[in-house]
Amino acid sequence: MAHITSPALSRRLLLTSATAFVLVGTAVARARTLAGGLPWEPGTATPPTPVRPGPWMFFTSDEAALIEAAVDRLIPADERGPGGKDAGCAVFIDRQLAGPYGRAAGLYMKPPFMPGAATQGYQMPDAPAARYRAGLKALVEYVKATFSGKSFSELVPADQDKVLAGLETGSITLKDVKGAEFLVLLLQNTQEGFFADPIYGGNRDMSGWKLVGFPGARYDYRDWVDRHNEVYPLPPVSIMGRAEWTVKE
Amino acid sequence: MRRPLATAAFLVGSCSLTFAQDTQSFDRVERGRYLSVLGDCAACHTAPGGQPFGGGLALQTPFGKIVAPNITPDRETGIGNMTDQEFLAALHDGRGHDGTRLYPAMPYPAYTKMTDDDVLAMRAYFATVAPVRNRVISNQLPFPFNVRLSMAFWNVLNFTPGRYHPNPRKSAEWNRGAYIVEGAAHCGTCHTPKTLLGGDKNGQALAGATLQGWFAPNITTDSRKGIGGWSKDDLVQYLKTGANNWTLASGPMAEAVTHSTSQMTDEDISAIATYLKDSGEGGSAHKPEPVAVSDNAMRAGAAIYKDSCAACHRDTGAGEVHLFPRLASSALVQSDDPTTLVRVVLQGTRAVSTKDMPTAPAMPAFDWRLSDTQTAAVLTYIRNSWGNAAGTVSGGAVASERASLGRLP
Amino acid sequence: MARKLPPKDVVIIGLGWTGSILGYELAKAGLDVVAIERGPWRDTATDFPPAYAQDELRYAVRLDLFLRPDQETLTFRNNMSQTALPIRNFVSFLPGNGVGGAGVHWNGQTWRFLPTDFRVRSHLEERYGKEALPSDMTIQDWPLAYDEIEPYYDRFEKLCGTSGKAGNIRGVKQPGGNPFEGWRSSEYPTPPLKQGLGATLFAEAARKTGHLPFPQPASNCSEAYTNPLGLKLGQCTYCGFCERFGCGNYSKASPQTCVLPALLRFPNFSAQTESEVTKINLDSTGKRATGVTYVDASGEEWEQPANIVLVCAYALFNVRLMLLSGIGKPYNGETGQGVVGRNYAYQTTSSVGVILKDKILNPFIATGAHGMIVDDFNGDNFDHAGLGFVGGGYMGMGQTNGRPITTRPVPSGTPKWGAQWKKATAETYNRAMGLSTHASSYSYKDCFLDLDPSYKDRLGRPLMRMTFDFHENELKMSAFLTERLAEIAKALDPVEMTPSPRKGPYTLNLYQTTHNTGGTVMGADPANSVLNRYCQSWDVHNVFVPGGASVFPQNHGYNPTDTVGALAYWTADAIKDRYLRNPGPLG
Repeated sequence: MAHITSPALSRRLLLTSATAFVLVGTAVARARTLAGGLPWEPGTATPPTPVRPGPWMFFTSDEAALIEAAVDRLIPADERGPGGKDAGCAVFIDRQLAGPYGRAAGLYMKPPFMPGAATQGYQMPDAPAARYRAGLKALVEYVKATFSGKSFSELVPADQDKVLAGLETGSITLKDVKGAEFLVLLLQNTQEGFFADPIYGGNRDMSGWKLVGFPGARYDYRDWVDRHNEVYPLPPVSIMGRAEWTVKE
Repeated sequence: MRRPLATAAFLVGSCSLTFAQDTQSFDRVERGRYLSVLGDCAACHTAPGGQPFGGGLALQTPFGKIVAPNITPDRETGIGNMTDQEFLAALHDGRGHDGTRLYPAMPYPAYTKMTDDDVLAMRAYFATVAPVRNRVISNQLPFPFNVRLSMAFWNVLNFTPGRYHPNPRKSAEWNRGAYIVEGAAHCGTCHTPKTLLGGDKNGQALAGATLQGWFAPNITTDSRKGIGGWSKDDLVQYLKTGANNWTLASGPMAEAVTHSTSQMTDEDISAIATYLKDSGEGGSAHKPEPVAVSDNAMRAGAAIYKDSCAACHRDTGAGEVHLFPRLASSALVQSDDPTTLVRVVLQGTRAVSTKDMPTAPAMPAFDWRLSDTQTAAVLTYIRNSWGNAAGTVSGGAVASERASLGRLP
Repeated sequence: MARKLPPKDVVIIGLGWTGSILGYELAKAGLDVVAIERGPWRDTATDFPPAYAQDELRYAVRLDLFLRPDQETLTFRNNMSQTALPIRNFVSFLPGNGVGGAGVHWNGQTWRFLPTDFRVRSHLEERYGKEALPSDMTIQDWPLAYDEIEPYYDRFEKLCGTSGKAGNIRGVKQPGGNPFEGWRSSEYPTPPLKQGLGATLFAEAARKTGHLPFPQPASNCSEAYTNPLGLKLGQCTYCGFCERFGCGNYSKASPQTCVLPALLRFPNFSAQTESEVTKINLDSTGKRATGVTYVDASGEEWEQPANIVLVCAYALFNVRLMLLSGIGKPYNGETGQGVVGRNYAYQTTSSVGVILKDKILNPFIATGAHGMIVDDFNGDNFDHAGLGFVGGGYMGMGQTNGRPITTRPVPSGTPKWGAQWKKATAETYNRAMGLSTHASSYSYKDCFLDLDPSYKDRLGRPLMRMTFDFHENELKMSAFLTERLAEIAKALDPVEMTPSPRKGPYTLNLYQTTHNTGGTVMGADPANSVLNRYCQSWDVHNVFVPGGASVFPQNHGYNPTDTVGALAYWTADAIKDRYLRNPGPLG
């Protein structure tokens, strides 16, 4: 049934944003001049964009196969829960590399680039996306050469572990790529994916959070601060909710 | 014409009132300025960013666009040429320039209750406002609504001109409150349900009305659906500061608080509160049973509430005074019409900032996070928990409101 | 060519804590004030509502609220023998950005300095002799005493609604508070936060080992609170998403929750966001500022004339702005001459990781500033004779989170990945906690800020160069403090304990604190300071740097914000009561 409204009433709507601020520029611009009140608009939220399942956005299918196998060794499946692959870590990394993180958006990338002391931080011009391309290429070549033409995902788990461990310790050298640094990056991103909010593509079913007992995107523990040595009973929740939010038919 | 004796008591207390036609007298002009605050003339007649009372604010009515005219003393584009009688006719009879009929976007059905003296004081005030040259074409309604003659018919149905008649059985303060509420402050314009043509429904004064995506709540003394559970001080605080122990004003009421009620005198606010606490229906005849806890929507709603809402509104629905509205035993939450609730959850809202309560906390938007069914479930949950009992909210209602919010300018 | 705007009485560079406080005080006094902030507007419900504020990846790891290095960064070297290279990605310290600045995403740890801190050089020399201080240590007395600044600490804490337990009210010791703190004029505005199991166990262990633990002072309100400006704060919900995150329910003190809604009600106040001040302009004498030049979001240049210029950006960038504007003599690390950029200092932190047996610690139940602390080893609270260092810090259990991307300790020796890693992570998460020390960083001749000779920002201006390393004094101090903390930790009867004292060299690769201090030091003598005791420039009397940590002559064993807030109020009073009546050098 349509709402019947009086013509007299709707003027209020136009006046709810009447605190004087001037928008310069486009669309959902931040207020540039603030005066007379706090800027605010209804319906303006900046939630993260949920990762949707679908084709790889960054990895080629060969690269993806390698990454999926690798994350599954970095975080193997066991009786506690899924490994990196089923937890979606490869999807997470794929979407991250396809986005601003992959491009090193916001970092200072002016030359000259020169190697410095270890204390001076990362000084190379290659953004994570480029580092993955180069690192995966070099790794593929190494595995092919070392394991009679096989790809990483075709190796048995024990051999996969050997390769990863070799990268970590530096006993394996890759061509033109610092293997140890690449592994550190891969491991970091894998663990990010495993424990980040599932909205980013990893931590599927909140399996990473369930592993450690982290309740997720909760925001109120007032009643639990004092309850020392008690297991927190509520299941984890993601930014996009949990199963119990769905109304059962 | 001899004014009713009681009227004299309503005149806002400056020490020396002059009844002469000296429009330059400071007291009279100041009284007129104050009355324009009571009437919230600026709400329509001052466009955002525009000159005071220069008009130009377009009102999007369901019937089309009306633009509030320039009421500064400019002789060509304002009301500089208007006589006192014409000004009286505008507010009392709904007659504009040259006797054309006004649309009730100008709330003359309420202003008609104001005394001649009060209206003329406003005239005196507006005569002192800086003249603004701004030609406004008010009537931008499409045919047939642009035919003002149709207002004659509307007025016959829906408009009874006439000054406020004090109720001799009530106190002077009560009558002052009634005079303001029914007159200058025109509360019923938003809060009284309307007929199809936009006139007030008989016998339901201040019982709540929906206006393009907001439900102006029931402000009768109904203890479940209205302000029966509010103390007089709750009302006073709300009008003066925009916040009280129950809730904070937001949406269209935020504007009314900012430009009108928060600037009223303490005496007038007290009078309004006295009147409202003594008006309309008392207890609610029928309190429904709350929806069962085991209901599927309630279960889901409980989970959503715990995860999304409780960090501010608390597990007990108690909220936080002056920060997060109280949901438990809230008449607003139990409104028959959940329009405001749906809107607030989907788009968020922000409380008014006043001098006494500057914070203006805001409820965030959840439209990106909750589906229609989830929104309906959590609203059903809050409407039926902690002693609340009200009808369920359907996913369909949320969907249609979401769609119409998407279409707003 | 910059377009000239109508003049204002006051232009404020940056709208964080100090900008907001000064903006409010001066707008209230009737001045026409404009603030220019290079970051965006930020507010609770739109930018960090409790619907997505709790996103570790976005805010804690990808640093969504922080300054992007491509907008501004520094170059860094440990010492003058190195070539400074750009900090391409902030890790060790994380400057904020936007309206509210770091006040949006700080932890809320709210500490006053000690009375002896304010006269640190005199005190240490009196007690231990001049020879006790290394010859290249350039610490100096503050130009004001604790007693003078006390009312301003009180004022800032009441602005924030800080939760805590006083240890000393007007000289009378109070049980349950910090027995070492300077006197307070009143109790904290709200009671202390509740403590989780970890902090409670630590406190028991501290008492057992002869210390007097007390709750950390926290600007995460323990109960709803209305501050003197009429602003309302909510009750902290122990969400565990504090530092690096905006607060979703108005319970963390920030410019947004404590000042801005009241400030923006003044018709004589306005702010320009996404506009970066590039320079403070001086008249032809060089002794008077005429206003500032700024670049707006579309790249247009504007000139904002004003009678008073307040430099209220983040500490590091205050220094850069003074250098770029030619106010004061730049410090030369080689010669030791000059003052702007001198006495840069940091914070010396360390940790003791602890794994307990059979405990459910629920580390995710946390606030930014809860915890139980022991202050026995801060400042000169203990006898340093024979120890070989000066300075000190607080220590305790104030773990702020259990966010699993970054906080999931494992026993030492656990592999970094694989089946064992997974098992250890699962089994240790709820039984481990991190204890920490948070100690002073004294100033040295060779720790300073100046302009880099090579690297430039996006507008073509030289980046600032940071030259800094830990000195032996600080490393010895850290070793000592960590041992003391380890002794307490031992009383927890842990399964494993991992003391990690701070080791040199200072590295950018590890987050430590965002407590960068010094560079525009306040002092009694223009020979060794940039500002006088009213935070007024010695050289340009209508330029003030009101209290950002760049005014600290050295950094003491406490977080800077309380002192920053207090000095902002202190400067506001100086401007209102002294400068406006008689514009000129306040001496």
